Amino acid sequence: MNVSATSQDVHARRAELVRGLLALLPAESVLHEPEDLRPYECDGLSAYRQLPMVVALPRTVEQVQAVMRLCHRLEVPVVARGAGTGLSGGALPRADGLLLSLARLKSILAVDPVARTARVQPGVRNLAISEAARPFGLYYAPDPSSQIACTIGGNVAENSGGVHCLKYGLTVHNVLKLEVVTMEGERLTLGADALDAPGYDLLALMTGSEGLLGVVVEVTVRLLPLPERAQVLLAAYDDVAQAGAAVGAIIAAGILPAGLEMMDNPAIRAAEDFVYAGYPVEAAAILLCELDGTNAEVSEQVMRVRELLIASGAREVRTARDEAERQLFWKGRKAAFPAVGRISPDYYCMDGTIPRRRLPEVLSRIAALSQEYGLPVANVFHAGDGNLHPLILYDANRPGELERTEELGRRILELCIEVGGTITGEHGVGVEKLAGMCAQFGAAQLAQFHAVKAAFDPAGLLNPGKAVPTLHRCAEFGAMHVHGGNLKFPELPRF
Amino acid sequence: MPAADLAEELAERVRAAHATATPLCIVAGGTKTWLGRPVQGERLDVTGHRGIVAYEPTELVLTARAGTPLAEIEAVLAERGQCLAFEPPHFASPRPGGEGSQPDAFPPPPRGERAATLGGTVACNLSGPARPYAGACRDFVLGVRIINGRGEVLRFGGEVMKNVAGYDLPRLMAGAQGTLGVLLEVSLKVLPRPPLASTLALELDAVTALARFNAWAGQPLPITAAGHDGERAYARLGGAEAAVQAARLKLGGETIDDGETFWAAVRELRHGFFRASGSLWRLSLPPAAPLAAHARQFIDWGGAQRWVYSEHPLWEQAAAAGGHASLYRSPDRERVFQPLSPAMLALHRRLKAAFDPKGILNPGRLYPEL
Ligand SMILES: Cc1cc2nc3c(=O)[nH]c(=O)nc-3n(C[C@H](O)[C@H](O)[C@H](O)COP(=O)(O)OP(=O)(O)OC[C@H]3O[C@@H](n4cnc5c(N)ncnc54)[C@H](O)[C@@H]3O)c2cc1C
Repeated sequence: MNVSATSQDVHARRAELVRGLLALLPAESVLHEPEDLRPYECDGLSAYRQLPMVVALPRTVEQVQAVMRLCHRLEVPVVARGAGTGLSGGALPRADGLLLSLARLKSILAVDPVARTARVQPGVRNLAISEAARPFGLYYAPDPSSQIACTIGGNVAENSGGVHCLKYGLTVHNVLKLEVVTMEGERLTLGADALDAPGYDLLALMTGSEGLLGVVVEVTVRLLPLPERAQVLLAAYDDVAQAGAAVGAIIAAGILPAGLEMMDNPAIRAAEDFVYAGYPVEAAAILLCELDGTNAEVSEQVMRVRELLIASGAREVRTARDEAERQLFWKGRKAAFPAVGRISPDYYCMDGTIPRRRLPEVLSRIAALSQEYGLPVANVFHAGDGNLHPLILYDANRPGELERTEELGRRILELCIEVGGTITGEHGVGVEKLAGMCAQFGAAQLAQFHAVKAAFDPAGLLNPGKAVPTLHRCAEFGAMHVHGGNLKFPELPRF
Repeated sequence: MPAADLAEELAERVRAAHATATPLCIVAGGTKTWLGRPVQGERLDVTGHRGIVAYEPTELVLTARAGTPLAEIEAVLAERGQCLAFEPPHFASPRPGGEGSQPDAFPPPPRGERAATLGGTVACNLSGPARPYAGACRDFVLGVRIINGRGEVLRFGGEVMKNVAGYDLPRLMAGAQGTLGVLLEVSLKVLPRPPLASTLALELDAVTALARFNAWAGQPLPITAAGHDGERAYARLGGAEAAVQAARLKLGGETIDDGETFWAAVRELRHGFFRASGSLWRLSLPPAAPLAAHARQFIDWGGAQRWVYSEHPLWEQAAAAGGHASLYRSPDRERVFQPLSPAMLALHRRLKAAFDPKGILNPGRLYPEL
């Protein structure tokens, strides 16, 4: 289905696709004028932009199925999109493809307080689920910082996490059942209202598959009881290594905090300037540690954690006095990305995960790389689970700076792999980290991924070119990645 | 048996089998052979591939070779106050079902000492009473090293908690019973062991107990297990002392002394309920699904896992209740797991072919077509 990009060709294909779509959907659900397409040209990774050929905005699952069947027949690639807050270009359109927005499938179909589940359409916002569950004393645990905007469909596609995932898990741990539509337009149920389902765990496989295996059209999530009490402590350190060691000490003491987050000095300053959370702006690092549970349990743990933090060398430990202050402590953390966005024309958010004990070493090597490239880096860290977000500050208007930024980003991700981590903890590979995938995986592993993709989408039309690089693409990036003296793709020609 | 890395030898065996399209029957402890359809094939014994490769308590991660005895892993974790929070059953010898060798002993008596291994546990995705509260085995799988059906040794996932690079193949391996790959190594998330556990017995009938379990689960209570044995309800509380005390008052009932023995017997299917004769079914249902009329049933997982005896197939009844059935004990091992819809079966077959194009890994263990 190699579509040559001549404009005439695209023209004819667009006309054919629009005709087909208008037979299935009302006119207001089909966009094809450039000014209507513009809002869809990028996701949260705005350095990559591309107008789609056509946008479809179905309102029902049957419409999604019909659209998929049409695209399958016409061999038109399909890119699904939720809210477009993704940070790896997963929802980046294709010039020869349909952008399938799930934004209008936005009903909360049922909240079952007895079984503690919510059944929702994919375009429902993450936070809206917890809001609907709140009257029953329940909530949906995964809370990405983008939760006011991002959709549950996007969360499933990215296996999104949040500040509470050390204790409550990622999306994959909190979803029970999915309804998905395949590229052929077939509707499948993965998972169940029970705690497991027969056969292979396709629910887990679909979660985090970045829209390459199927379109999620309904999600049943597990709801948890709101904790009786949550309390947050803030500890300030003069030395990042001490803050890192404190995290290990808390966990070694058998305490599992609901959230355990770290910010370094540049991130602290940016957040404080933005939301006035009362952060100590001189500190080299702060730790935020949230404890939740029953009243008695939290009181006991707050005392123990306080002692551990002081023993680990914190120069100051504060306990949020009330719920308002707790919210304020978190607000600074949750606003860290936009806060950095205010102090720099552009920023590039990385998403590596590392074994926690390597943190001091990784941070000092990132600082050295930052020097080498002349680009400032602020670090925000889901410390409890080792997920590091270095934010590279740059200015895309300065010639060459974006390229330097991307190269610095690649070096940081290679560092994460080197210390035993991974190139992406929660933002996904998308188009952005294809080179990193070549560094992390060998040819046989990538071939296995492609075989899995083909089992779901033999025609290769669903979000093609994302998440898993082709072996040729790796060979192009490849000459640089020689690991332990082994060329990673010996069977492929070098260019 | 000492730790040993047999990955290369095992891969060589699989490559040879691939070349000649020879089916392989993957075995380790042999404690769960009965939990599936019979497999005809050359034995591929992975027991010798054993040893804990890495354990870093402060990272909450343990990596071990597939043949490592589960008991060894649990002992090492316990030394550091940690545990496998999903409480995997061992089904080891002395076998569940108790003493003697009844003709329909369940599971069939293993020959000699048999110990559950990490690989078999993950391959079967088995979890104990804590499952609804702590998560299933698959929830704790962070990374795997496998041999696929071509004999390639592949590593997916890793030793970090969060990792979305590539499809989640580690979790796909959990419950695949070796039909997609021979597990060589598994990295698991481990957790601190709750400082205190206490079990209450309550005089409630099954219907009331089921309603109570679901109501409790919607409240912030430190419950870590809830079941009904046909006569009484049992609930286990776990956590900080203060939290357990407070919840004990709220729930009522009598604290029993041998709580851990009780839950171990439930987990290992050694409780008296499982000693009756007849075909034993496991029903995995929405936790609040109404109780169907069965002469005897055992409720576990706060209502989400129910054990019943029935000589009639329960596939349709389970599906109608929103769940599925598996046939744990029956002389007829032809159909053990809930049938899949034609579309799902077709997808399963394509996935199987993606990992094991010649169909040599545990063929037929889950379904005849896989
Ligand atoms: C300020 C900010 C903070 C963030 N914080 C976090 C955080 O704390 N944790 C975190 O994990 N992420 C975070 N993110 C990233 C992002 O919000 C998540 O990845 C989110 O899940 C994306 O949801 P979305 O609806 O915007 O999806 P989109 O960006 O629209 O799409 C993301 C991917 O999902 C696919 N997709 C979308 N809907 C469907 C569907 N229905 N079926 C199949 N595929 C689909 C798309 O094709 C694409 O590949 C943050 C982003 C921003 C901008």
